[in-house]
Amino acid sequence: MSKTTVKIPTPLRSYAGGSAEARVDAPTVGEAVARVAETYPELRRHLFAADGRLRSFVSVYLNDEDVRGLDRESTPVKDGDIVSIVPAIAGGSPAEAGRPTPFTPLPVVPPAAPDTFGRDDLRRYSRHLLLPEVGVAGQKKLRQAKVLLVGAGGLGAPTALYLAAAGVGELGLVDFDEIELSNLQRQVLYTTADVGRPKLDAAKDRLEALNPGVRVIPVPGRLTSENALDVLGRYDVIVDGTDNFPTRYLVNDACVLLGKPAVYGSIYRFEGQASVFDAKRGPCYRCLYPEPPPPDLVPSCAEGGVLGVLPGLIGIVQATETIKILLGVGEPLIGRLLLYDALAMQFRELKLRKNPTCVLCSPNATQKGLIDYPAFCGVAPSADGGAAGLPSITPEQLRDELRSSDPPMLLDVREPNEWEIVHLPNAHLIPRAQLPDRLNEITSARRVVVYCRTGGRSSQATQLLLDLGFANVRNLTGGITAYAQKVDPSLPTY
Amino acid sequence: MRPVRVPEPLLQEIRAHARDTYPDECCGFLIAEPDPALPDRPRQIVAIQRAANEFEGERRRRFVIRPEELRLAERAVESAGHVIGGFYHSHPDHPARPSTFDEEHAWPWYTYVVLSVTATEVPAIGAFELDGDAGVFREVTLRAGTPAESEVTASLSAPETR
Repeated sequence: MSKTTVKIPTPLRSYAGGSAEARVDAPTVGEAVARVAETYPELRRHLFAADGRLRSFVSVYLNDEDVRGLDRESTPVKDGDIVSIVPAIAGGSPAEAGRPTPFTPLPVVPPAAPDTFGRDDLRRYSRHLLLPEVGVAGQKKLRQAKVLLVGAGGLGAPTALYLAAAGVGELGLVDFDEIELSNLQRQVLYTTADVGRPKLDAAKDRLEALNPGVRVIPVPGRLTSENALDVLGRYDVIVDGTDNFPTRYLVNDACVLLGKPAVYGSIYRFEGQASVFDAKRGPCYRCLYPEPPPPDLVPSCAEGGVLGVLPGLIGIVQATETIKILLGVGEPLIGRLLLYDALAMQFRELKLRKNPTCVLCSPNATQKGLIDYPAFCGVAPSADGGAAGLPSITPEQLRDELRSSDPPMLLDVREPNEWEIVHLPNAHLIPRAQLPDRLNEITSARRVVVYCRTGGRSSQATQLLLDLGFANVRNLTGGITAYAQKVDPSLPTY
Repeated sequence: MRPVRVPEPLLQEIRAHARDTYPDECCGFLIAEPDPALPDRPRQIVAIQRAANEFEGERRRRFVIRPEELRLAERAVESAGHVIGGFYHSHPDHPARPSTFDEEHAWPWYTYVVLSVTATEVPAIGAFELDGDAGVFREVTLRAGTPAESEVTASLSAPETR
């Protein structure tokens, strides 16, 4: 048992005989508050709901920490601890009929940074302070800002470094990986000595060494439909550095629902894309891509490779856009898709329009919450996605073309044992690995449709043929499995 | 009930805040002279401070001030010899009356100033407090100025008076 001081908030002191605090013996935070309520029964109904739990808009701090970040009401207290009851202040105008707006529980917030700049800060940020567009006011905005980086890989690494250097007050990092040797070719946040460490540990060390004024908040694990709104909700800007479609759609949808801007970037081989999706001011990712590509169609960087400096460039575009949004300067990359081709060294820009029928961000939106993204994307959560699009053909389109007078050549890139199980009539078998040596069997003048079991190997083969100059090559979406399911159920699947 | 007094320049600042954040709700702290007769409600507002509306959702309809921000503001204000006497917030395109939601989330003792704001003007402003025992809001007279000044309400003249 210990003597704990419980601070009573000003508005409730009249229910505690005017006392500002009470001293109680209690083992936990919850019991300490309950003891005070026993002493001053009138306090009870202001602190506890009918079910005996603390009201949702009562926050309790143990010394300087919100107990929701500790063990909640079960957090143990020791001698001399101070428990503070802090009211959350909320309100609002009457909700429109039929549009109830539920009260959202408050997030756990670490103490805010001080509002003054010391001599070292002035020196550290002097090149920013010299810019009229930034200045002291802008630098303060950066320090008060909270940015979440989803993914601490190729894109997240340069973004995090520059945002930390720029003095962004809080950087949240979501990742679940450990550093591998193959990461170091592009993930400049990490060193050879870091191989095998969790990315978030190494990132926190590196970023805090770069700028001790930045709070780095590691969010280990995966972003899921269950936790995304809570995790993203406390940040001002979300930077999407994901490498897979389920997470990318999840980030987009959560940002739209929360009304937050998402700074998007993606990379594949020698090409990259960047944009800012802010549904309040422009299109969202779903306006651009209403549905993900078939799971096996697009190889990830792990399969397709990526030029190491490419994520550096795209990540820095993302960092630039983030800082512009926070400062409120310049023209954000909203409604514009920046395309970068490293081999050609060309930047192009596509105009993006808000999709008037977008299920998520249009006035007629039908999706009001988060969904099952792995299922939506047709993959397990660990499957990787990518960004490139290959020419493709659906099973139904293939059926129609095969019935036409000029059917395409069918190229089966599976193994002979798979061919034995099932193959399409008139197809030609060249296993994927033998393809480079047997190109003479493919007539370049003819249209070619490449297939495998579910679309993975055939997408690689399609890419290879395109790279080698075959112009008219398409990948069968979903492979022979999808063809069997959608067109010809008599075909066995395996 | 003693009226709540808010000097006219502060009322102007509050209105400006409501217009700045329109169509979203604004919110902020009312900083008061501590009443020697605490725990009576302080009635003389001496300063205001803007707060961040941290509601995670439709900020046109809701506001939340994070407890951490309240804590920090309380510390700063109390070290300067004042108290947080209440809060103000705006109702974009809605009347300057507390909503049911306001009432459910209100605390006793504090003064709540509510403004109606449209795209072009602040048509109304009112002050309310929770009757802690009844659990309902009661309207409090809002006067511009300080007790030393005559209790004119001219500064609350149309179109900004209720």
